[in-house]
Amino acid sequence: MNVESTIKRTIAGRYRKERRFQQMGMISMVIGMMFLLWLLVTIVQDATSALRQTLVAVDISLDEDNFDQPINKASIKSASFGKMIKKSLRKDFPDVKKRKDKKQLYKIVSNGAEYAIRDSIIESPELIGTTHRFWVFADDEIDMLMKGLIDRNIEEGNRRVSDKTISWVDELVAEGRVETRFNWTFFTSGDSRDPELSGIWGAMKGSIFTILITMLLALPIGVAAAVYLQEFAPKNRFTDLIEVNINNLAAVPSIIFGLLGLAILINYFGLPRSVPMVGGMVLALMTLPTVIISSRTALAAVPPSIREAALGVGASRVQMILHHVLPLAAPGILTGSIISLARALGETAPLLVIGMVAFIVDIPTGPDSPSTVLPVQIYLWADSPERAFVERTSAAILVLLIVLVSINGLTAMLRNKVERRW
Amino acid sequence: MSFKENQEYQTVGNAFSDDPMITCRNVDVFYADKQAIFDVSLDIAKNEVLAMIGPSGCGKSTFLRCLNRMNDTIDICRVSGEITLHNENIHSRETDVVYLRARVGMVFQKPNPFPKSVYENVAYGPRLHGLAETKSDLNEIVESSLRRAGLWKEVKDRLEQAGTGLSGGQQQRLCIARAIAIQPEVILMDEPCSALDPIATSVIEELIDELKQQYSICIVTHSMQQAARVSQRTAYFHLGKLIEIGLTDDIFTHPVHELTEGYITGRFG
Repeated sequence: MNVESTIKRTIAGRYRKERRFQQMGMISMVIGMMFLLWLLVTIVQDATSALRQTLVAVDISLDEDNFDQPINKASIKSASFGKMIKKSLRKDFPDVKKRKDKKQLYKIVSNGAEYAIRDSIIESPELIGTTHRFWVFADDEIDMLMKGLIDRNIEEGNRRVSDKTISWVDELVAEGRVETRFNWTFFTSGDSRDPELSGIWGAMKGSIFTILITMLLALPIGVAAAVYLQEFAPKNRFTDLIEVNINNLAAVPSIIFGLLGLAILINYFGLPRSVPMVGGMVLALMTLPTVIISSRTALAAVPPSIREAALGVGASRVQMILHHVLPLAAPGILTGSIISLARALGETAPLLVIGMVAFIVDIPTGPDSPSTVLPVQIYLWADSPERAFVERTSAAILVLLIVLVSINGLTAMLRNKVERRW
Repeated sequence: MSFKENQEYQTVGNAFSDDPMITCRNVDVFYADKQAIFDVSLDIAKNEVLAMIGPSGCGKSTFLRCLNRMNDTIDICRVSGEITLHNENIHSRETDVVYLRARVGMVFQKPNPFPKSVYENVAYGPRLHGLAETKSDLNEIVESSLRRAGLWKEVKDRLEQAGTGLSGGQQQRLCIARAIAIQPEVILMDEPCSALDPIATSVIEELIDELKQQYSICIVTHSMQQAARVSQRTAYFHLGKLIEIGLTDDIFTHPVHELTEGYITGRFG
């Protein structure tokens, strides 16, 4: 009777505690989700404007006396399209007389405009002798103005674009000479000092080469080391020491690996700076411990009964491992490896040290050509003062996130596929 | 009880056979410093079923695993003494452990089919040892092994399905089929029915009865009834020592040693 009532009394309290415990977990989850959502929403918000780019139409009179005679590819290349653009702008705005104002006027179009025009003339030289309307990139500040990211209403002194420039732009808009189009440049070009000419393709390719090298080095070495340590290595002090050190290495700050790469790969072995090959090696060193640890865990998780079954029908150690243990451990090995590769893909610090932070305009052609990687590109842009780099930073972050998420999705898919294959 | 640990002892009964398949002489097994098997000598004859019984932890499984050197996989395990198969010392340098395990098959306590298809489970051993030249040879081996294991009728339509998807009893018979597919001379069974229900157990016991026409079988069991049903000879182990061995009928009707009697009559175990 007494026992019964005591138990009954405590039951309510127990349920209360349980509910509180659950609620606490739920609150934590909601907080986490909220932060994530906030992060994503701000990034997406900032990034979407980077997908569009403002263009301005300029009418260029391509008189033959602008070119050296005879007109051929070389003379087109050496012609001064910058001058022609300026001339055209002066013609459009005849009121602008002061030298200082003219300078401002010229800045409406991008620095890259003359090269864009030159390239299209090289493609179709028959335009020479005519007056042709070219759509060229507007300067990044005009772009910002058009996207409403520069506020017209604040005081002129605190604004990156002057009242005069605004009035000229408004005039151009009224004439239908300003347009926004999809920003292909962002996905096809390398870095640039001018935001409107900059893109992530260079960094993207650098990332691909780097991660390829990392994968080619870290996966086979890591898995082989894990198989040896888990299946063959004798259990003694030496292997214990190795195991402890692998675990320690996994916890070493990544920048240390960068310093190691700088000291050994670059300074001692004389490998070039800023190249994905060295970056890949450094990241491989960084991911190796994680690959080894996760592979060993996966190998250890293979039930001993399967090993005994294989040995029992007369399989050798190697046959047991290759036919049964490795296939069963493969999903785990794969997951661990790809997650650590994804971490390497998002790594910045060690790559800064080995010079992959350099300003590189050219698209890398191979693992041996100087390049940067996506996270470093994000770092570089985040560090730049131009307003237009803000949206590009966000867009690059979004691209990196999409790449990482698709890698993780791919892992999950691959794992399911491997798991079902018997 | 007069029995003390770590004391010289004499096995009761006739441990030896005129026509042995496996002979064990003075076998000691150590796990690191701890001795698990003390000076065991016995023979396993051709075409007989030898049952090994004894209380938990008496070393019968350990002893069984010595017979195909399965204990090699345990780093701290050390075996001394002489074990021969066809008068060849299985620990000698000439004896290859892979070859030994092809001659001495094993069925484990828990059914452990490979996570592959039924067909692959049986075909793995023959393929490994190159026993089948052609695909049809292999099919034949798989079919006859499954038939002898009494599983053919149940799985012939689902050879491509996962072996792990079968019921417990079917899985254990699949493991037996896998073991006999490489035509061993001896089959070691380590409590093959302990994870099975009585019906599956009786199917396996019938199977053991049939298999002994072709193989020597050494079975470890916790069930004395099972030992009495399937075996011709029974060995009683106690704390790593072979206390008594003899014809199953004799052991169960007139045990000589008091420990054997105690165990069989259920005073301990």
